[in-house]
Amino acid sequence: MQTFDLEANGLRALNAALQAQSQQTNETAWEVVNAKGSHAIAVGLDAPIDVTVRGSTGYYCAGMNAQATIRVDGSAGPGVAENMMSGTVIVEGDASQYAGATGHGGLLVIKGNASSRCGISMKGIDIVVQGNVGHMSAFMAQSGNMVVCGDAGDALGDSIYEARLFVRGSVKSLGADCVEKEMRPEHIEILADLIERSGVDAKPEEFKRYGSARQLYNFNIDNAY
Amino acid sequence: MCGIVGLFLKDKALEPRLGEMLTDMLITMSDRGPDSAGIAVYGDEAEGRAKLTVQAADPDQTFANLADDLKSAIGTDVAVRVIETHAVLDLPEDKVGAARAALKDLRPEARVMSAGEVIEIYKEVGLPGDVAKRFEIPKLTGTHGIGHTRMATESAVTTLGAHPFSTGSDQCLVHNGSLSNHNSLRRKLAREGVHVETQNDTEVAAAYLTWKMQNGSTLGEALESGIDDLDGFYTFVVGTKDGFGVVRDPIACKPAVMAETDQYVAFGSEYRALVSLPGIEDAKVWEPEPATVYFWNH
Repeated sequence: MQTFDLEANGLRALNAALQAQSQQTNETAWEVVNAKGSHAIAVGLDAPIDVTVRGSTGYYCAGMNAQATIRVDGSAGPGVAENMMSGTVIVEGDASQYAGATGHGGLLVIKGNASSRCGISMKGIDIVVQGNVGHMSAFMAQSGNMVVCGDAGDALGDSIYEARLFVRGSVKSLGADCVEKEMRPEHIEILADLIERSGVDAKPEEFKRYGSARQLYNFNIDNAY
Repeated sequence: MCGIVGLFLKDKALEPRLGEMLTDMLITMSDRGPDSAGIAVYGDEAEGRAKLTVQAADPDQTFANLADDLKSAIGTDVAVRVIETHAVLDLPEDKVGAARAALKDLRPEARVMSAGEVIEIYKEVGLPGDVAKRFEIPKLTGTHGIGHTRMATESAVTTLGAHPFSTGSDQCLVHNGSLSNHNSLRRKLAREGVHVETQNDTEVAAAYLTWKMQNGSTLGEALESGIDDLDGFYTFVVGTKDGFGVVRDPIACKPAVMAETDQYVAFGSEYRALVSLPGIEDAKVWEPEPATVYFWNH
């Protein structure tokens, strides 16, 4: 286990050390201490390593992650796992706004609640939230899966494309062109896999599925102001 | 971008450390607002006394003989404590109006930063750490306080454009965001007889809340009606003589984190601002909900 004291050694040195790890590195387990809400912790990683951040993080923790498993042992500030490509990011506490924004792949697990705009413009990432998500979550979501074990706030899935949204609790309101859809066996299968991989406490049968009504794909004069 | 910090103490034992704790929090938010900084502190109350905080571009000239001149004008002793570009005038509560009027004649160049029984406001252009040092903020004691680091968008980088804004007795407001209807609201307030000093959007919001409260609203009710009447992006933190409030616009893209323990309620634009507070590891930490008024009272 490599332990890195962020307060003593600084952010630039941390990210340089983590980004320098190769595919075959032997230093596969890292611990970052004294996070103290710092920004941009463990961004741009591209190796199969495990990083645990002790304490809460500021903006953009684990941004652009590829391959790595990053665990935040606290809460995460805005933009956690933004534009993730692959790998896994786990937040033990809550996540602030736009968690997992624009993510292309990988798995983001939030054990607490996520704030507004969770999964905005997601492009293939899977996001699993044990608690609730805030307003405008999955706005313009293009592909991937979002699983919300609690409730969703206002305007869920506004202007959504082809992402799948699974919500166990209530949805305060659906955004434009987002509708409830039939839960078919293949969706139960996707959900079962995500629930198992993320380790959240839920059963696939308890969820409802939401997705695009596909009415905004083509220009419609009735939609113009 | 701007930075906001706030601290509302529940535990009296922390009151001597208010200025020191707020200064630490404020400096952490320097990245969010390096062009100017300000702080409002709610200090000790003395029966029948009030304070006016006054700012001057040329303090040597403006504050020279000010105590004597005011005494001749309003017929009572005024204690003048000068610190850098500011002076805190301590005077009988019933003479505040007379002193403000006299000040306009005697020192037209002086600007009143705040008036009230307990509030003092210090604000200047410059890095937050430098501003706090100039005004010896770490030495201040009090029950609650609000600080702001400014990155200007809606009006010029000047002392008067810095936050907090105070438009009513013992009231203050700081803002992260920008209001889009401040010009129309300024005209509406002018028709109601409410004068706004600067071109700044935040001052209009502060004046709006003061106007609502003058018309019988509580601070909580004034903040609720602000959600309907103020258009734009905002995270506001407000202070009154014995209260502390937070409200965010319905879109809530301006960041906010709060922490509460048995000893205090704290606000920060980022969690970084809160990490040095005592017992933060075990505090209840949360993000205030959009369009929801939070308020604490002593």
